[in-house]
Amino acid sequence: MNHPLPPDTVNEPMAPGLRLPESERKEFSPEALAEIQAIMAKFPDKLAATLPALHIAQREFGFVSLAAMKAVAKAIGIPEGHVFGVATFYTMYQKAPVGKFHFSVCTNISCALRGAAQLLEKVCEKTGVKPGQGPSADGLWSVEEVECLAGCGSGPCVQVNHNVYDEFVDEQKLIEVMEACKRGDYRPWAN
Amino acid sequence: MAAIRTKPDPQIYTFPGFGTDKYPNLMLRGAGDLDNWHLKVYEQKHEGYVAMKAALKLEPVAVVEEMKASGIRGRGGAGFPCGLKWSFMPKDTPERKFTRYLVCNGDEGEPGTFKDRAILEYNPHQLIEGMIIGGWAMQCKLGFVYIRGEFLWLIEKLEAALQQARDAGYLGKNILGTGWDYDILVYRGAGAYICGEETALLNSLEGRRGEPRVKPPFPAAKGAFGQPTTVNNVETLAAVPPILRMGGAEYAKLGTPKNTGTRIFGVSGHVKRPGLFELPLGTPMDFVVNELAGGSSTGKKIKAIIPGGASAPMFDEKDFDCPLDFDTVKARGSMAGSGGLICMDEDTCMVQATLRLIRFYAHESCGQCTPCREGCNWMEMVLYRIEHGEGRMEDLDLLASLTPRIGLRTLCPLGDAACGPMDSALQKFRHEFEHHITHKTCYATGSRLLSGVGAH
Repeated sequence: MNHPLPPDTVNEPMAPGLRLPESERKEFSPEALAEIQAIMAKFPDKLAATLPALHIAQREFGFVSLAAMKAVAKAIGIPEGHVFGVATFYTMYQKAPVGKFHFSVCTNISCALRGAAQLLEKVCEKTGVKPGQGPSADGLWSVEEVECLAGCGSGPCVQVNHNVYDEFVDEQKLIEVMEACKRGDYRPWAN
Repeated sequence: MAAIRTKPDPQIYTFPGFGTDKYPNLMLRGAGDLDNWHLKVYEQKHEGYVAMKAALKLEPVAVVEEMKASGIRGRGGAGFPCGLKWSFMPKDTPERKFTRYLVCNGDEGEPGTFKDRAILEYNPHQLIEGMIIGGWAMQCKLGFVYIRGEFLWLIEKLEAALQQARDAGYLGKNILGTGWDYDILVYRGAGAYICGEETALLNSLEGRRGEPRVKPPFPAAKGAFGQPTTVNNVETLAAVPPILRMGGAEYAKLGTPKNTGTRIFGVSGHVKRPGLFELPLGTPMDFVVNELAGGSSTGKKIKAIIPGGASAPMFDEKDFDCPLDFDTVKARGSMAGSGGLICMDEDTCMVQATLRLIRFYAHESCGQCTPCREGCNWMEMVLYRIEHGEGRMEDLDLLASLTPRIGLRTLCPLGDAACGPMDSALQKFRHEFEHHITHKTCYATGSRLLSGVGAH
């Protein structure tokens, strides 16, 4: 029996043989360290701070680089391997740089029934980037195809950084959203 | 702390007759009103914290009994009786004191489900009240609310609401003079559907990869941080205050005898008025889809409905009259799951729809169990080649032979969930798959469900 065709896996961020991009930053700021300490004290076990610390790392470093993972391990006092395992398990930790405006487009079934596939193509066309390809040349845009964002009733659902747009986003609305981003009416990435 | 989102959303939350005795409004109180998340509004308009104050005067075991009497079944998907679950928690004995935890599952990621989000957006205090009552009933030390990472604005809202509750003395030390200390912590997930499974959620809450655990031990024996834990869905916990207000026996009169109460049904897909409708269990599906959601939005007949979130096997036309309660839906070969109804019209290509769903499961499989990790990928690949006109007739048998090798052979139900849509689509819409193989193109003529810019 022949093997079936593999699905499209180009630009898989964690494809074998690919090295993680490095960030300029290597250390947490003192404020971030204090924040992580506070989380460690709140929970019954310090290990629980892994996920929140990675969120903080993403905010500080811009994305979760290898240095960010090492900084998290050092801040909490846990093995680096554990942090690497956690960071690569969850999709919200970006392991490569993203644009200033990061579009997450849900293409799951409910949104797809209302034109999410076409919307994703429009987003790619207007921003000039493809999902998983990193930011555009001007550093403004990046696009990601994501699973259900729980905006099924009024999809297609799009998140830009952490602003959610779920009011039946169409081409007109998309243009408005992109204009709002350019005006500065947006929430910074990695918050 | 960022500003609380004040953007209204376009969802529909109500319908004619909502709020009357026939269709009581217990969970979606104030939905659509953006000020409703304030403690003051909740207390003034919606009998807020009345149930909590009454419950704290009762013995904990009496609260559990009330929950048992209500007959409420878990709203997360499995439909396990909530009162029974609460009674599994070990009690303190003179020799042994336990540290117990209550965990709220707000990792809403099931495609087609968007109910918990509405509760968190408009009525977070009802959830907090439910968690305080649950914490009292099981004498917990801490409560955790695990919320998916994408809901950042809801996490901020919930944190603000929790602070209001702390300021009012409903959380913290010696709550309302009972001598009982309790607090609720919010934990943000990071984008993994599997963390909706309770033991995967517990692992994630402990700061690990969200991989389901081997059961037993069940969470009631060894849960979060190794301590006895109960995990309940947002909607289940939000139903606790109304149950205590009206009394378990009264609540049990809603719905049908073994499927009591109301639940929030989310209707999405090809309907005129998609939205959330809170209805007593046992309401017929065609009433929800045609009367409340307005029927097909495209002018074409609705061909298939997924009755309980993407994991539930699809229904075709002959089952559209199915009453939506756990037992009947199960008897008809699907599952009531999370109450998300996804409607697809005649022009929807079922091969594409199935491929999209299976791609989701292949992507979200945690990779622990071989049948699910490999099987979901295989199903995706086979469907991919059928969709791309390179399928062969024997592929259909191959697909049919894969599902029994995945279902019930994994630690958690994600593998079974992937088999639901696959099996049902193949049984009910086999001609579309065959058409795809013989004609190398879709049987249906609707717009594409898959984008041409590559998967993630």
